[in-house]
Amino acid sequence: MTILKNFFVEFPERLIYDPEARIARFIDWAGDTFAFLWGAIRQFLLRFADITHAFLDFVPWSVFVVVLFIAGWRLTSWKMGLLLAVLTFAIGMFGYWDNMLLSLTIILAGVIISVILGLPLGIIMSKSEKLEAVMRVVLDTMQTLPAYAYLIPALMFFGFGRAAGLVAVIIFALPPLIRLTYLGITNISDEMIEAGLSFGSSPMQMLFKIELPQALKSIAAGINQTTMMAVSMIVLAAMIGAEGAGRQGVALILYRAVVGQRAAEAVVAGFVLVFMAIILDRLIQGFTERFDKGGE
Amino acid sequence: MAKAVDIKNISVVFGTSKQKQAAKELLDSDLTAAEIREKTGATVAVRNLDFSIKEGELFVIVGLSGSGKSSFIRTLNLLNKPIRGQIFVGDEELTAFDAKKLRQYRQNDVSMVFQNFALLTHRSVIGNVEYPLEVQGVGEKKRRETAMEAIKLVGLDGWEEHMTFQLSGGMKQRVGLARALTNDPELLLMDEPYSALDPLIRRDMQDQLLKLEDEMDRTILFITHDMNEAFRLGDRIALMKDAEIVQIGTPDEFFDKPANDYVKNFIADVDKTRILKVRSIMEKPTYVAKKGDGVKETLQKVKENDMGFCYVTDEKRKFLGYVRLEQLQRSKGKTIDRLINEDDTVIYRNAYLREAWSKLSEAEYDLPVVDGKGRLRGILNYDVVVDALAAQ
Ligand SMILES: Nc1ncnc2c1ncn2[C@@H]1O[C@H](COP(=O)(O)OP(=O)(O)OP(=O)(O)O)[C@@H](O)[C@H]1O
Ligand SMILES: [Mg+2]
Repeated sequence: MTILKNFFVEFPERLIYDPEARIARFIDWAGDTFAFLWGAIRQFLLRFADITHAFLDFVPWSVFVVVLFIAGWRLTSWKMGLLLAVLTFAIGMFGYWDNMLLSLTIILAGVIISVILGLPLGIIMSKSEKLEAVMRVVLDTMQTLPAYAYLIPALMFFGFGRAAGLVAVIIFALPPLIRLTYLGITNISDEMIEAGLSFGSSPMQMLFKIELPQALKSIAAGINQTTMMAVSMIVLAAMIGAEGAGRQGVALILYRAVVGQRAAEAVVAGFVLVFMAIILDRLIQGFTERFDKGGE
Repeated sequence: MAKAVDIKNISVVFGTSKQKQAAKELLDSDLTAAEIREKTGATVAVRNLDFSIKEGELFVIVGLSGSGKSSFIRTLNLLNKPIRGQIFVGDEELTAFDAKKLRQYRQNDVSMVFQNFALLTHRSVIGNVEYPLEVQGVGEKKRRETAMEAIKLVGLDGWEEHMTFQLSGGMKQRVGLARALTNDPELLLMDEPYSALDPLIRRDMQDQLLKLEDEMDRTILFITHDMNEAFRLGDRIALMKDAEIVQIGTPDEFFDKPANDYVKNFIADVDKTRILKVRSIMEKPTYVAKKGDGVKETLQKVKENDMGFCYVTDEKRKFLGYVRLEQLQRSKGKTIDRLINEDDTVIYRNAYLREAWSKLSEAEYDLPVVDGKGRLRGILNYDVVVDALAAQ
């Protein structure tokens, strides 16, 4: 009796199984075996981030302000243009221009790569029922995981730095785009698909002449969500060096200020990030509404 | 060129592949479609249809909702794959096409007009109309030209740059029709194209279709659940019920010999004289002479057929007039050209009986029936019309 009691009350030592060592071994194994792959991805991401940053850095701040004014004005109204220009200008005035570019680089690079990956994935998902079932589980799981969880795989294979940061942003931001591309394509009315088929369209013609144009609105909404996800991930990503070792992006400044309890600095950096989020959101909203007017 | 369509024992069944297999075994049994569904879980939407549509015919299928009309028409471009049976269009077997041939067939030989228009909302009117040509790979300039022609044909010129959401229902379906005409199909499929439109516009669209149909050589399969529409349009009509055809025939035959009480009920509300068209009760002339024919052969043919006179047309079947038997007997000339009595008392084949009657009763003898281009299409027999009207 006492044996039984001991067994069921206190967790028996015999049954303790140490997963840590095994996981460590698995990570080592995966890291070594596919070293060339991780290396290649890492190089690609770093180059991509470099080019994006070089481009952003090359554009003078005044051009930024003017372009945003015109974009806001053409897409929505002159008031919108003014708002975007003032917010951009304010970031410079706060002394955060270069720090902002470091964060923007990762957001922008993350969104672009997400679109490059997410569109084809969404399309394939809409074409294959099997893949759809698998992807659905994966996407659902990804959506329930806390944002922190995305740092782990990134760190595992890419180590601390910009590549890992970008990977974390991409994994976090990708699901809505895949999902909305898939939804956009599968929500097209049967009759419209049949009309396309009845005139003898090939699968490629169906995709490029009917499905993608019809899904454009949904895809635009997906890009918007993806961008917002990337923005919301940037602070966490900065923790693992997304903005580059030794560089001070706004996101990292914010993180450090919060941890170091420097309230004033945290408020200013926080505002800069919020301004960035507003500017990106308004811009993409403007584009999306343009599509709305074109469609039904 | 229009093509004839041969439907040989076609059935369409919906369900899982297992259910379908079980239902297939029962297609020839005495069980009704409802009983088969109960037994197997599969829906028999079309059951053992076997008939032909003639080339150039405007064939109408009518029936209540759920009777299987759409399921059938969609087999003619293989949007639905029949579970068994064969379909021949011209002399090609549609049901044996591989993917590539099917695509070619859909691109070149057939097109469809949809109940809810199925326009591509991301394209303008002309963008929609030129879509079939774009798929074929026709160059931009040619595409635009052909599409503009089709747009003019349906009376939408001036609207080509509008987006489709700016159009009314009637205009949308005109776009649907124009789009279906640009690839110059031999077979035009129309699945309840006017059911979503209000009655006045519907009438307009029907008239337009009859006018267009008259000008071009094309086999049309038209689906409706409205008996009046069916009789207004159809050369022949098939009435469907529970996946099967109850009766096939000309409008006149439906009135004369309804197959059963179901048919009688179905046509009870139809006013015959407003619905019956000349073309549905006209007869084929026994013999027609061509300009340039010799007097001798013509005389012989006329005698052989025991006729008192015969109609004369030109090379393109355009109606010219008639020659009488006595003229032929008396003539010393070589050809009949000088004997032709020109006559302009003709009847348009899409006229309704009610309209034709006044001309016929004035003339008091049989009249030639012509199409929109003046080609001789038939002969309207005085006695037949009197009978048809008397039967009311
Ligand atoms: N894709 C499908 N899957 C399963 N059942 C179907 C499918 N399409 C049609 N059916 C069934 O087949 C039967 C015939 O339907 P169909 O659409 O051909 O009728 P219909 O005569 O065109 O009716 P309506 O006038 O309403 O358009 C119905 O019982 C319908 O529920
Ligand atoms: Mg239908």
